[in-house]
Amino acid sequence: MLRRLLLALLTLWLLSVLIFAGGHLLPGNVGRAMLGPFADPVAVQVLNHEMGTDRPVVVQYADWIAGFLTGDLGQSYAYRSPVAPFLVTALLNSAKLAAVAFVLVVPLGIFGGVVAALYRGRAADRILSVVGLSATVVPEFVSGIVLILIFGVWLRWFPISATWRGDAGPFTQLYHLILPSIPLVLILFGYIARMARAGTINALDADYTRTAILKGLSYPQVIWRHVLRNALLPTISVIATQTVYLIGGLVVIEILFHYQGIGSLIFTAAKKKDFPMLQAGVMAIGALFALTTFLADLLYARLNPRIRFADQK
Amino acid sequence: MTDLPATEGAAPHVTWRDDVRRLLRSATFDVGAVIVLFWVGCALFGPSLVPYDPFADDLLNSLLPPSSQHWFGTDQLGRDVFSRVIVGARDILMIAPVATLLSTFLGTALGLTMGYFGGLVDEALSRIVDAILALPTVIVALLALTALGTSATTVLVVIAFSFAPVIARTVRAAVLTEVGCDYVAAAELRRENTLYILFVEILPNVLSPILVETTVRLGYAIFTVATLSFIGFGIQPPSPDWGLSISANYGMIGGGFWWTVLFDSMAIASLVVGINLVADGIESTLND
Repeated sequence: MLRRLLLALLTLWLLSVLIFAGGHLLPGNVGRAMLGPFADPVAVQVLNHEMGTDRPVVVQYADWIAGFLTGDLGQSYAYRSPVAPFLVTALLNSAKLAAVAFVLVVPLGIFGGVVAALYRGRAADRILSVVGLSATVVPEFVSGIVLILIFGVWLRWFPISATWRGDAGPFTQLYHLILPSIPLVLILFGYIARMARAGTINALDADYTRTAILKGLSYPQVIWRHVLRNALLPTISVIATQTVYLIGGLVVIEILFHYQGIGSLIFTAAKKKDFPMLQAGVMAIGALFALTTFLADLLYARLNPRIRFADQK
Repeated sequence: MTDLPATEGAAPHVTWRDDVRRLLRSATFDVGAVIVLFWVGCALFGPSLVPYDPFADDLLNSLLPPSSQHWFGTDQLGRDVFSRVIVGARDILMIAPVATLLSTFLGTALGLTMGYFGGLVDEALSRIVDAILALPTVIVALLALTALGTSATTVLVVIAFSFAPVIARTVRAAVLTEVGCDYVAAAELRRENTLYILFVEILPNVLSPILVETTVRLGYAIFTVATLSFIGFGIQPPSPDWGLSISANYGMIGGGFWWTVLFDSMAIASLVVGINLVADGIESTLND
């Protein structure tokens, strides 16, 4: 576990170097990149000095990373105010959207996968696999547009914008988040179902399942007590790795549905060339990914006696 | 070469042919291939087949619903949506395959190196690969495109670089099972050049996972190019690109102008699903 933690930290550090390089080295002259090619050189120089981007790169990196560790995420170029509050609000909003998507997709995906495995090789399996695959590969904005047309414009069941009034209660918020979460559900369904199917098939073929059947347990009991538990293990790790794709999907969904989350924060920062905001947002996503992967590893180890006991030795 | 028994050279050829024959019998592959070929045809010959100039404004006839004159209606500048959807296959079908090929070359070289050398080289490269994989491609692309400026070339390079680690991982895993084989040891004993061992000895044996991964990545490349174009960081106007057209028109969706976005959406969906059906067909044929 300690090794895993160190690896996660190492990955995070490398990520910070990559992100810093992306935000500071690639544009060359940050002031010039922000003001455009026709700006007065003096203005560029003044802006660079104000932002501290005329200092040596190593100093800037040390400054940036030290700020990050102490919770000072820097000043937004565009809003001339600290980045942190914007980031916190955006992350909370995105968490709501992601939570709705996960609550919908995890049971659906697992159910789909288990059904496919129980009907392995038959029509139900084939249909689930092709539908799952197709749902997974269609870009979120495409399924989003179709959903908006059908349920927002034609049937008028759901609002076509995810922004609610300031005093909206949790149910109103949920109502606004259902349509935006469905494209994410479609993307994730295929992955989760595929893993759950593979896990179930492994468990069905395992010796302990045969023993359970032979000792006279009823079929539903075998499925419930022996197969499902073992089938869910790999599913946990795939859910963790899909968080990255989920966040990538949030960018598009939040733009399409006008929702103020981390995705639209990064997008707006990129449009305005607001590098501190952009870097903080991207870094937050990287940190979130490292954290979820690490937690999934922990959970996986807790649930899997083989790893739990191997670690104690 | 002349004194080799004839069967030795012919044997792999027969199995390869066999694979292709089985592939063509797979319904998944056939459906996918027909869809993909349709769009490739549109990309190649579309401009000379379409009824209207996809770039020609006609403001007096803007936002017309589908009719016998304009099968898919017209957009807000009065351009014929049908012609734009057909020609819209062009840019994305140029950028995505080239980006995928580039990422396959990069990823294969990287994966061969990691798998063959192992040890510290593998460990160091694996960490970098992990760091890149920790970020969604769209986010990497946003960061890089903001820093470097938006252009088709940047989109291509960004996709190539962010997909290479995934391919590297697959190739590395495949190489690991080959490294222990006798033929590799024999080549080492013959004091073959390392590059020769990597690319001439090992590479041919790991081609099938690379082929599968490349087709899957092509689907994702289309996905990513379309997404980037939709958020304004990909293909630029006045291209009739699908993602770009949706981005230009979806603001009016509440007004009921569905034809300006629906056909482009269907085009993207059919192309990615087609490519993934092809990938699925190849994968199940090779794994059987």
